[in-house]
Amino acid sequence: MAEAAIERTWRSHGTRRRSTRTLRVRTSGALVALTVLAVLLVPPIVQLDQQAVDLAAKLQPPSWEHPFGTDDVGRDLLLRCVYGLRVSLLVGVAAALTATIVGTAVGALAGALGGWADRAVMRLVDTFSSVPHLLLGIFVVAMFRPGVWPVVVSVALTHWLSTARIVRAEVLSLRARPYIDAAVSGGASRWRVTVRHLLPAVAPQAALAAVLMVPHAMWHESALSFLGLGLPAHTASLGTLIQSARGSLLAGQWWPTLFPGLFIIIPTLALAGLAGAWRERINPRRRSELML
Amino acid sequence: MSSLPWGAMARLAGRRALFAVPVLLVVTFGVFAIAAASPFDPVKAYAGTAALGADQETLDRLRANLGVDRPVVAHWWDWLTAAVTGDLGESSVLRQPVAQVIGERLVWSTLLCAVAFAVAVVTGTLLGVLAARRPGSWLDRTVTSLAYTLEAAPVFWIALLAIWLFALQWGVLPAGGLTDTASEQVTAGQVASHIVLPAGVLAVSQLPWFTLYVRQGVGDALAEDPVRGARARGLSERTVLLGHALRSGLLPVLTLIGSRVPELITGALLVESVFSWPGIAAATVEAATAVDFPLLAALTVLATAAVLVGNLLADLLYGLFDPRVKLNDM
Repeated sequence: MAEAAIERTWRSHGTRRRSTRTLRVRTSGALVALTVLAVLLVPPIVQLDQQAVDLAAKLQPPSWEHPFGTDDVGRDLLLRCVYGLRVSLLVGVAAALTATIVGTAVGALAGALGGWADRAVMRLVDTFSSVPHLLLGIFVVAMFRPGVWPVVVSVALTHWLSTARIVRAEVLSLRARPYIDAAVSGGASRWRVTVRHLLPAVAPQAALAAVLMVPHAMWHESALSFLGLGLPAHTASLGTLIQSARGSLLAGQWWPTLFPGLFIIIPTLALAGLAGAWRERINPRRRSELML
Repeated sequence: MSSLPWGAMARLAGRRALFAVPVLLVVTFGVFAIAAASPFDPVKAYAGTAALGADQETLDRLRANLGVDRPVVAHWWDWLTAAVTGDLGESSVLRQPVAQVIGERLVWSTLLCAVAFAVAVVTGTLLGVLAARRPGSWLDRTVTSLAYTLEAAPVFWIALLAIWLFALQWGVLPAGGLTDTASEQVTAGQVASHIVLPAGVLAVSQLPWFTLYVRQGVGDALAEDPVRGARARGLSERTVLLGHALRSGLLPVLTLIGSRVPELITGALLVESVFSWPGIAAATVEAATAVDFPLLAALTVLATAAVLVGNLLADLLYGLFDPRVKLNDM
């Protein structure tokens, strides 16, 4: 009797946990899909001009006509937010891709070469990570302003370090595996072992790091743009939207500030949810670890 | 904790200082190299709008006077030798020596960061313990989801919404600055009321990380044998939670505190510039907007040094509180 009760609690506990996890993954997946669809489809399909100024309808609170309200020159904020998300996401993806390529190359090089080259590269990585990321970003952008590329480069420059660390650690642990030994004793060159055996094996980890990096990169871009150092003010990114809403916020209008911020939070949480599920899948033992 | 191993601590600090020298050298050189590679022209910046009407000869003379065409290494070396004697150059945007800017503003930044960090540590521990007590309860789920949401929210956005709510809607707190605009002097009462919002927002931005780690640490500790033993001996839940689980669960978190310095600096950069807090981070943003190289270079190096000190602090705490680690081996 008691055992049956215990059995039942255990089982129901287990299924409930599994179902909340499935729910989380599905919600995250739906939100990510929605984000991508909105970013890809809205601009070509909806023939509306995001820059259309309507001074008669300026600073209107959210309504059926303008679900997110209008800004200080009467532009529709929902449309501006979608376009802003498009720019921020593009910058984020470009920066994350660059950072992942650089980080994977450096990490694989350090791990595959070993010895003094490895020590030198990792010391360089340590040195780089001693500078706070946003500060280094601010410095680079300040010197190379204005434009999209300085922002992408500055984000990439500060984000490749973690990927390099992950890839190097992974390569070092792979090097001790028998199949690498087999390849080496089969006469494969160091280059061939790296390209044919090591890189494909670290690809899932690197891809996971890249996905997790996109929200980081988006955050970075918005922070730089918000400080007035990132993208030029006329390019609607989520950061420039919040920056240009500061005036109307001080006049008491909250909606031009609130919605762009939500557009940063929701994709971030959704991507983190998906990446978490993916990590549990490729590495179930690290399930209890924190996802930050 | 009656007698601290001062000797071992000093030796560790000494070793870290030796490691810090090459790091700082590389960072300073990197800063100069980036500046040299950038399209920014110090001559045009120096001359301002006058450069538009000036003839080439004047510009060339100015170029020679400023020493723009000398190699990066020479610039770097001059700056470095001057910096060692305490001369960090002149800030062009604030019209003050850089050392004076840092001296005046460091106090306010340190105050802000210290208050925010203390609030974050206390609140984070409290929330973390409450959440860990009953994993899966509505409190746990609320705290955890709130923490993840706050972690995803940009701090400047939270700051703006806080201004809207507390300063504009309710009018209970000032929206920014160090004192009221009418006030002539900086008094403690003025600073106390003006620090609430910026420190609160900075604390909120540091809170999620701390809460989640405490929750994790205490939750893991609650499932371990010492806790089971304590419960079996009939100790009260309070003693078990605070005396056993929190003590061992907080250990990994304590040692990570020092490594949070970069995030704290990042948060301070954004919070200070939203609230016009007259700290060093706000000066960094001003310097970057005006491409004030001497100030920017000095502040980058200063921040790097702060991060290295934070790392040292983390290692010291780790060695002191974790009996498995010996300071001499680090």
